[in-house]
Amino acid sequence: MRKKGKGHKRAGIFDVCLYLFFVLLALVTLYPFYYVLIMSVANAVSTARHVPYLLPYVVDWTGYQTIFEDAAFFRALLVSAFVTIVGVSINMFLSVMGAYVLSKKQLIGRNVFLSLILFTMLFSGGMIPSYLNVKNLGMINSVWSMILPGAISTYYLIIMKNYFLSIPESLEDAARIDGANSFIILIKVIIPVSMPFMATFCLFYAVERWNEWYNAMLYINEKRLQPLQIYLKDVLISMNNQLVSQAQAMLSKSQKVLSGTVQMACIMVTMLPILCVYPMVQKHFVKGVMVGGIKE
Amino acid sequence: MIVKNRSFFMEFQPVLPIGTGCGFSYNDINKPAGAILGYVITYKRKGETILERKKIPAKKWNGKAAKKIRNDWLLYAMLLPVLLWYLVFCYVPMAGITLAFRTYRFDLGMWHSPWVGMENFQKLLTDRLFLRAVKNTLILGAGGILLQMPCAIMVAILINELRGRWNKKIFQTVITFPHFISWVVLAGILTNLFGSTGLINQTLNFLGLSNVSPLTSPQGFRVFVWMSGIWKEVGWDSIIYIAAITSIEQGLYEAAEVDGANRFQKMWYITLPGIKSTIIIMLILAVGQLLNSGRFDQIFNLYSPLVYDTADTLDTYIFRETFTAGSLNFGYSTAIGLFKSVIGVFMITASNKIATLTGEQGLL
Repeated sequence: MRKKGKGHKRAGIFDVCLYLFFVLLALVTLYPFYYVLIMSVANAVSTARHVPYLLPYVVDWTGYQTIFEDAAFFRALLVSAFVTIVGVSINMFLSVMGAYVLSKKQLIGRNVFLSLILFTMLFSGGMIPSYLNVKNLGMINSVWSMILPGAISTYYLIIMKNYFLSIPESLEDAARIDGANSFIILIKVIIPVSMPFMATFCLFYAVERWNEWYNAMLYINEKRLQPLQIYLKDVLISMNNQLVSQAQAMLSKSQKVLSGTVQMACIMVTMLPILCVYPMVQKHFVKGVMVGGIKE
Repeated sequence: MIVKNRSFFMEFQPVLPIGTGCGFSYNDINKPAGAILGYVITYKRKGETILERKKIPAKKWNGKAAKKIRNDWLLYAMLLPVLLWYLVFCYVPMAGITLAFRTYRFDLGMWHSPWVGMENFQKLLTDRLFLRAVKNTLILGAGGILLQMPCAIMVAILINELRGRWNKKIFQTVITFPHFISWVVLAGILTNLFGSTGLINQTLNFLGLSNVSPLTSPQGFRVFVWMSGIWKEVGWDSIIYIAAITSIEQGLYEAAEVDGANRFQKMWYITLPGIKSTIIIMLILAVGQLLNSGRFDQIFNLYSPLVYDTADTLDTYIFRETFTAGSLNFGYSTAIGLFKSVIGVFMITASNKIATLTGEQGLL
């Protein structure tokens, strides 16, 4: 009996408590999202009777239907998709290039550039000068105001730089002797060997872009340029929103729709891309955080 | 013999003019053997010239640094768009901070509005809403640090105690999930859950308990902000500590086991001290962000006029009064922003100093 090795200790009472604690924590974390899911397919008839806790009493797609019939929703979806795709491309292009150059220790002035970049993490112009700057650049009510002000995340840039520093220099030598210049080396040698790392940062940036609402709120007044998050915000805030009145109009139809149902359906749709991408991100995020560390 | 020749060759390579397109560019090869008073000295191996002095053309850059810069021109070209971005989107707004000493006039713009000296700052001191916002920002931020950091550290230590790699992975994945959801969405969910007819209150009613209204009561709102912050970020925050824990030497645990330490003692005397430096760095960062706290998204999406008394922070105050209500002059709002940034820099420097004084490795 005593031969049992280190890894095979009997699970004590502490282990059981620990396990239960984490099961509870996981439930507290996930249940609100599950609740949104079951509420998004509820209708007035069912919720009048009971609040569903675990299983939906009915599955009623009217909430989703209401959203999908709204032209503004598709416009918002299109804007969000554009901001995400173009935004991430620009993010990656600038951050990878900048991080690669700054990882070259022989570069004269490297420390100056690095301090200039790090300083922006410490001190910034703040809300108003940034707003006036974007205004002066003529980007109010343009999609670029949602893309360019966030084109580089200094934090990610530094993590990437530290990652590039960890790639052995010798990897580049062969290509250099073959006459490749730094840019070609970056594209043909460095990026291919760090594909998982790049993918992680693409996804990080993509999540950030998809969730972006602050710049949109600040710089976009026109309804047709609003991204999905702002659309959702409108749906959530104004109960007498056009969409909800539309939903009320549907009351005359067979089903009874709650404005709450429409809101929950809208939340589900907004979260969906992240739900899809998350399993891929989480595989790498620990590595991403660890490689960079927080120290310069 | 050849080897010897080669080493000599490497040392005394004739100067190659830059841009001859010689494919590879080891810095050593292109290095001039020496330069004295405007002359490049060239050594040649083959017979005739061992030493040659060539006058440097007056206008051409020379010397080590210039040569290196010319060698790396492509790297600089690649860095240029990045630096340009930092100039346009970080440093120009930083220069725009001069607006704190002006009164903004729409017809004159950011750079030509009239100067007013310290007037905006004098106004700050008597602005009750501003002082309220400072107080709220500090309370919400400090409470956040005091509650959220220990929770994250505790979760990290406990996750490390879980048995089985899969258990650790799965729980970590689950509790990190809310970090990736925007506050717009989360506020939608939370207001629905905690609303007067939401799930929480219906359950409480069912159990015969009285209603809770954290979103509309000034005192409850603070707790709600802290709690929802922990709920969203505890998994994400714990990652950095988990990473630190995995780098603790395993031998220490084994030694402690030999000495008869139980699991709590191991956690307290090995794990916790093992991640002390990480904790201190995170604390410095958190203190530096105290006034600048990233809680704008959270509070802006959750608060309502009912709870302004305890919920209105500097960022929400600037935003609401400048853009929505339009009651503040841009110059005045900029002054608030500058106040915030300066205090932030001061606090991060001070906490870093304190950390280094107590013998810890600081951040800066």
